[in-house]
Amino acid sequence: MTRKTSAGLIIGLVVAVLAGIVYFQVLHQRVLGWGESAASEEQAREEVVAPPIITQTDALTAAQFFWISPSDADKLEAVTLHLPLSADPELRSRQLIRELISSAPSPQQAPLPADTELLAFYMLPDGTGVADFSDSLASETPSGILSEEMAVDSIVRTLSANVQSLRRLKILIHGQAAETLAGHVDLTGFFEVPPQYPTAASH
Amino acid sequence: MLARWVRSELERNGYRVLMTRDGDQDPSFDDRSAIANAHRAAIFLSLHVGSTGVPGTVRTYVYPTVQEDATQDESLSGDEQAGRGLVEWDRAQQPFVEQSRKLGDLLQTEFSQRFAHSPELCMAYPIRDLRSVAAPAAAIEISSVAAPDEGMFAQMGPSLAAGIARAVAAFQPSGEPGTIR
Repeated sequence: MTRKTSAGLIIGLVVAVLAGIVYFQVLHQRVLGWGESAASEEQAREEVVAPPIITQTDALTAAQFFWISPSDADKLEAVTLHLPLSADPELRSRQLIRELISSAPSPQQAPLPADTELLAFYMLPDGTGVADFSDSLASETPSGILSEEMAVDSIVRTLSANVQSLRRLKILIHGQAAETLAGHVDLTGFFEVPPQYPTAASH
Repeated sequence: MLARWVRSELERNGYRVLMTRDGDQDPSFDDRSAIANAHRAAIFLSLHVGSTGVPGTVRTYVYPTVQEDATQDESLSGDEQAGRGLVEWDRAQQPFVEQSRKLGDLLQTEFSQRFAHSPELCMAYPIRDLRSVAAPAAAIEISSVAAPDEGMFAQMGPSLAAGIARAVAAFQPSGEPGTIR
């Protein structure tokens, strides 16, 4: 191999390496771009599937939400958020439950699975609220008495603290009466919703 | 494993123990209740391992009083109602709520002394497998499957069993039959 040929080969290799580096950076940027695009698509999908509930009577309110305490994994702790809430108890309950599911301070503090959807909420004249949740509530709540108890109590106590006319709550799963939440807590009855800050749910 | 420890300890104290399952079977809630309901003077204990909570703690649950109780004569005790054939299956636990509460508090008092950070008294909460039991009944949950130390349950077992045996003896000292699952 002549010196001229060797020099040409080395230059060719250097050019190939430089081209590879440039191409790698372009690919890297594209991958990052796809990730951002996927995230924004997911965000857009959620906005279509579960659009924010906005009513004419919305007023900025200091609302209490009950999530798992960061310092005590077997207790719920009140967190105050300021957000617009409807004066209508049915719509207000929907707004509260949606927020309870989606705005937990951290995944470890969420008593309800993130994929849970509130399919419907309606109130009867006697103060009975009926909350219909997607299957995720039953299939993704960790099985166990304490975890199921905290899931139900987070809903009951959040509604109790913020919805005056609600007296008791019935929980449905995908439109059907369910025997249990995830194998332990009995959903066949009603959960009493005391006017303020209950110490324990009754059935 | 925990249930076998409890069974052994109760039998050592003179109680007859019936297990509602002894392996991978999955009997229905009503099948389990039927075993307890077929025996007079039984106690029903349901053992669980939870997936949350502070590892190494133990909680006892009993079924709460259901307010809309129009079908039962509340002036009669659980045994009197059962004796007169008045117990409705789906509400079979209701006449025994007070006895269950007493049993639950005895159990939880033992657990709070044995396992740090466990509550001092039992909780009333609607646990499905207690609802149709026509006998004093309690569910016991140990936290948790997320325990970092796999040997934790083996360490807890003997003390848990001893606590249950002491509470049962305080509740029902005559050595009558009991049921655990």
